[in-house]
Amino acid sequence: MQENKSFLKKPAVQTILASLICIVLGVLIGFIALLIINPSGAWNALGEILKNFWNYSKHTTQMKNLGNTLVKTAPLLMCGLSVLFAYKVGLFNIGAAGQYVAGAGACIYCAVGLGWGWFPCMLASILAGALVGSLSGLLKAYRNVNEVISCIMLNWICLYLVNTLLSKIKNPTSPYTYAINLKVVTTDGVTSTAAHPQALLPTLGINALFNNNKYVGIAIPLAILLAIASWVLLSKTKLGYELRATGLNKYAAKYAGMADRGNIILTMAIAGGLAGIGASMLYLTGFEDWSVTQASVPAMGFNGIAAAFLGGLNPIGTIFSSYFIQHITDGGAQLNKQVYPGEISSMISSLIIYFCGFVLFFKSTMNKWLDSRAEKSAKKGGK
Amino acid sequence: MILLIQYMIVFASVLMLVALGGCFSEHSGVINIGLEGIMVFGALGGALVMSTLPAGTSGFVIVILSILAAMAAGLIYSLLLAVAAINFKADQTLVGTAMNLLGTAGATVIVKAINTKANPDNPSSTIQYIGAKKAFLLVEGYEFNWFMPLALCLLILSWVILYKTRFGLRMMACGEHPQAAASVGINVFKMRYAGVLISGLLGGLGGLVYITAGVSEWKFENGVAGFGFLALAVMIFGEWKPFKIALAALLFGFFRALSNVYTGFDFLRTLNLPSTVYNMLPYIISLIVLVLFSGNNAAPKAEGIPYDQGTR
Repeated sequence: MQENKSFLKKPAVQTILASLICIVLGVLIGFIALLIINPSGAWNALGEILKNFWNYSKHTTQMKNLGNTLVKTAPLLMCGLSVLFAYKVGLFNIGAAGQYVAGAGACIYCAVGLGWGWFPCMLASILAGALVGSLSGLLKAYRNVNEVISCIMLNWICLYLVNTLLSKIKNPTSPYTYAINLKVVTTDGVTSTAAHPQALLPTLGINALFNNNKYVGIAIPLAILLAIASWVLLSKTKLGYELRATGLNKYAAKYAGMADRGNIILTMAIAGGLAGIGASMLYLTGFEDWSVTQASVPAMGFNGIAAAFLGGLNPIGTIFSSYFIQHITDGGAQLNKQVYPGEISSMISSLIIYFCGFVLFFKSTMNKWLDSRAEKSAKKGGK
Repeated sequence: MILLIQYMIVFASVLMLVALGGCFSEHSGVINIGLEGIMVFGALGGALVMSTLPAGTSGFVIVILSILAAMAAGLIYSLLLAVAAINFKADQTLVGTAMNLLGTAGATVIVKAINTKANPDNPSSTIQYIGAKKAFLLVEGYEFNWFMPLALCLLILSWVILYKTRFGLRMMACGEHPQAAASVGINVFKMRYAGVLISGLLGGLGGLVYITAGVSEWKFENGVAGFGFLALAVMIFGEWKPFKIALAALLFGFFRALSNVYTGFDFLRTLNLPSTVYNMLPYIISLIVLVLFSGNNAAPKAEGIPYDQGTR
């Protein structure tokens, strides 16, 4: 009994419980939506979303599809870390989406347009993301511009800028840029554009585990390493301490001699860099190409918000939550499009973000309940 | 030129309505980042009514019903923010962001479900309302519609409510110093609910106006392209005051309209700028405006802070 109480009192346990409640509530409402759309197949459809790659019976196909999900988890994890990092300093980085777009534009242009290798391409996307991020930080620190609004504006500006930049290397026969990993063959059989194998991320042989899924590679371990590095930076270093102190009380941190403005800009630059490198982790695998006519900001950055909050604002937790978000997003794509819209998954993840707003309430209710129970048992013991 | 003015006024009325919505919410003390999602749901409500009303319905009925539907949809959707922010003291930015994502995703799911039910081979997220849209036009052949006089009336009404009624002044007190307001017997919770719900009404209406601006079908996957956020910038530029908001909306509406009609101007065509420059313009302008005007503290003092009776 005593042990049970202290177990539930642990903050980490409470965070995980609260996240699970968010997931259950989000999935439940998603299920209700499925029921309304078509009651007979709803149960199966929910299963398809939650199973994702297990929908396939063959083990090799399962592994290949798990690989695909992991390829997209790496950038999502980076966007999640970006949001998390900024939030620790009290900033809401909804601009991860735009920083991600800037990173994508930079690495694709450097790879296809300039023919750089993967490493400089990756650095370029970090720089591009950090630049956009620090701009929001600069405006916040010196002009008191609400970072949420400046980030949103920058999201759209980045989208249109990147579309303009990448239309210079656009494939004339499609709305996409020239692919990184495919040769473009014109009608008379003459190769007009060389592929850019030098820009592809190394696979390190990891792909063999996933039925030779050629997109799986260095990005996945790198993303996990960066998550651990963020955890170390935030909770074990002086800089991390200062950043968190600035987030908890800007004025107290300033009074204690910390450079609050500098910290805000630095944080946003790091956050932007994380989102930027995330983009290179996806686009430098050749998994997908950029469409220069796209009129909406990619959802990756916004899903990063879900990943960060669902992960209890802990870098290690974000590893798992970002996988979960990507898992159900890919699961949504498995649905029969003639009956159920695949956007059910994004609806579930946005509901999860919504319920994350209630985490504080969940925790305080849990604590109240535990306290009153402890009080009762103490009274009994007293008698 | 006339085309430019038409679009400028259409977009300005959208921005003004939504910004006024934000103004009510923030004066009561709740930051409403979720305006974008509210617009999407308002647009959805209006579009569904327009597309389902039978062809013979008189214009007047179409106008009234779709406006009511849009406002109702916005109002219901804004309850998500009200409940979370006022009753559960949730982080208002987080909840607002979730509402924006949910707005587009939820509306897409609903429209796709309706479309696929009607025809399994049509999994698109587009609603058409060609016939019904004509009912809104004031003058045949121009984009002047009933929304413009309505927006003007709502502007004046908003100013009267905020500055000339007991209700409005009390509401603003809740956004400035809720504890002081509570100490003289004002119910802060009720006032904040009123502020958020009014922003739902106006935001929902703004969504309907936006999707009828020059088009007669809407693809809900695209949401409302950041208009809710532009409206927030308009509100800040307008220093949370209705008439200044109206002027700011005209300015932003002008730049937004340029991207629709710039090909009609010879001197702009000769500049030969890519169309993306005009697409970016409203966002760049609002960023500049924010840089210039965020320094002064016209914002309600207590906005964004959950009201806790214990801190009195």
